[in-house]
Amino acid sequence: MTVSNGQRRKERIDRGIKVRTEGIYALSSLRELSYLSVPRLVLIIGMLSLPFAMPSIYWQRVITITCIYALLALSFDFLAHYVGLVCLGGAFFVGTGGYLAAIANTTFGLPPWVTVPLAAVVGGSLCTLLLMPCLPLRGVYFAIVSLMYPLLLARVIEALDILGGTDGIMGIDSFPNRWVEQYFLIGILLLLTFGVRRLVNTDLGLVLRGVKDNDQAIRASGMSVTFYKSIAVFIAAVIGCLSGAYLVHIYMWSGISQFALDFSILPIAATVIGGGGTLVGPVLGCLLLVPISELLRDFGTLRIVFYALILVAFIIFRSEGLMVYGQRKYHQFERWTEV
Amino acid sequence: MSGEPIIRVQEVTKAFGGIIALSKVSFDVHEGEILGIIGPNGSGKTTIVNCITGFIRKTSGRVFYRGRDISDKPPHKIADMGITRTFQIMRPYYTLPAYKNLVIPLFSPRAKRTGGWRGGGRRGDRNTVGIDILEEIGFERDSYVPYKTASTLPTGYLKRLELARCLALRPEVVICDEIFSGLSMSEIASMVPLIERLQMDGITLIMIEHRLRELFRVSNRVIVLNFGEKLIEGNPQEVMADPKVREAYFGSQKVEEVMNHA
Repeated sequence: MTVSNGQRRKERIDRGIKVRTEGIYALSSLRELSYLSVPRLVLIIGMLSLPFAMPSIYWQRVITITCIYALLALSFDFLAHYVGLVCLGGAFFVGTGGYLAAIANTTFGLPPWVTVPLAAVVGGSLCTLLLMPCLPLRGVYFAIVSLMYPLLLARVIEALDILGGTDGIMGIDSFPNRWVEQYFLIGILLLLTFGVRRLVNTDLGLVLRGVKDNDQAIRASGMSVTFYKSIAVFIAAVIGCLSGAYLVHIYMWSGISQFALDFSILPIAATVIGGGGTLVGPVLGCLLLVPISELLRDFGTLRIVFYALILVAFIIFRSEGLMVYGQRKYHQFERWTEV
Repeated sequence: MSGEPIIRVQEVTKAFGGIIALSKVSFDVHEGEILGIIGPNGSGKTTIVNCITGFIRKTSGRVFYRGRDISDKPPHKIADMGITRTFQIMRPYYTLPAYKNLVIPLFSPRAKRTGGWRGGGRRGDRNTVGIDILEEIGFERDSYVPYKTASTLPTGYLKRLELARCLALRPEVVICDEIFSGLSMSEIASMVPLIERLQMDGITLIMIEHRLRELFRVSNRVIVLNFGEKLIEGNPQEVMADPKVREAYFGSQKVEEVMNHA
């Protein structure tokens, strides 16, 4: 006999289909198969159909910029939630990758197909090298230094009047046409989103997650924490520099605004909205935030206020982020139980 | 037990500000033995472990491993040479399943060099090698325990997981920092044969303990620390008979009890 005292509590239970699809039984029927593949297909098909859904020149630009931010958010989420490094260096990566691509294109005459990967790898190495000194330290140092570098580099370019100074580098080649420009970027974004998600579940990824959870145990296992941190920073920096290099070919111009704080801050906001640690969440966060900030352009400087309000609302009411919330609803059902 | 010691600790001193945690502690560890280190709270037991394994910097003094000076090496280099340690406060990777906890040490350069545990070490094989090690250390292979997230495991299993993490590196020396503490009597009883088997496998063990009865059962030699100084060194019977130890550590009546059990 149970006596109810009128108190209830929410219980969350995994759906049967979720448990079934974890093993080999995922292949047992169409229903299980679609349970696993539909969310992924929605993302892929959704992304691929964006250029058709919004074909105007204005929205075409918004879509590409959104993808640039999404790459940065992906790299931020990877570093913050899988390696434990809070990186405020989005602008650092974009600027470095952007200027390298610009130099490679204007000075050496290399086409975009060469400059983008080249700037990604060289820029990634350069950024990693510059961030190296603060990697052995725990705490906020990495965040501070990564925030500082873009400010420093922008001022150096301005003060010494090198690399075009305040005018920037102009006359950079663009992509052959807008479809190539859009689809190539969307392809890269999808590939990297799924690629990074795969990476964090490989053995190397587990070590990186170990660095976040418990760096002392990594040391006790005979592995250098600094070494694995620098590998992770390199991966993130390559993604960031890649987006920067792509950006200058879209704008056909590289300037000190590539070091703007937006590139550091917006990806973080997108991660908060999308749900940190899901890797897909930050991408979705960008798909929401960047167009919203475009729509708010009519309000002039007031748009920052709306922007901030949206962020604050999310932090208060859905601090877990959209993707985490969505995943929970998808995988689990809830019911009230008497206590 | 003769010849060159595997580890030689030479006049190691560690001061935290004005507090002297260790003052000129010297001892040798011989290959294949189990050395116990005991002492009251705050006597510097964990500090000596941290000094040997490089987790903290010594104020002065040297540590030698097979004749090589390892005093200034970083912890991961020392672990890479084959000296591994467990942590008093367990440090599993809480978000990962138990066997995935072992994939991480199996990824280390040393594990790759020594071929994992038994021939594994190829890519993708670390999961099975991890489960093999867990089975050796007392996780039931066919149960769900090795697949459970580390954060849901009880203390006894976490202690074993700590030891398993060390064994994944195929170590030559394992330093156990209070591996028995917090365990129930039955858990300890199942742990003791495990320690003995490690010794039979040729692994040298240093055991920091509070649980004297179990320690005296397995150890060949015991060192007593008190206020950062080495009080005495000898076999368990000698150590317990020493009046200095009785005075500093137990109070004489307790010693009788412990000795009767040992």
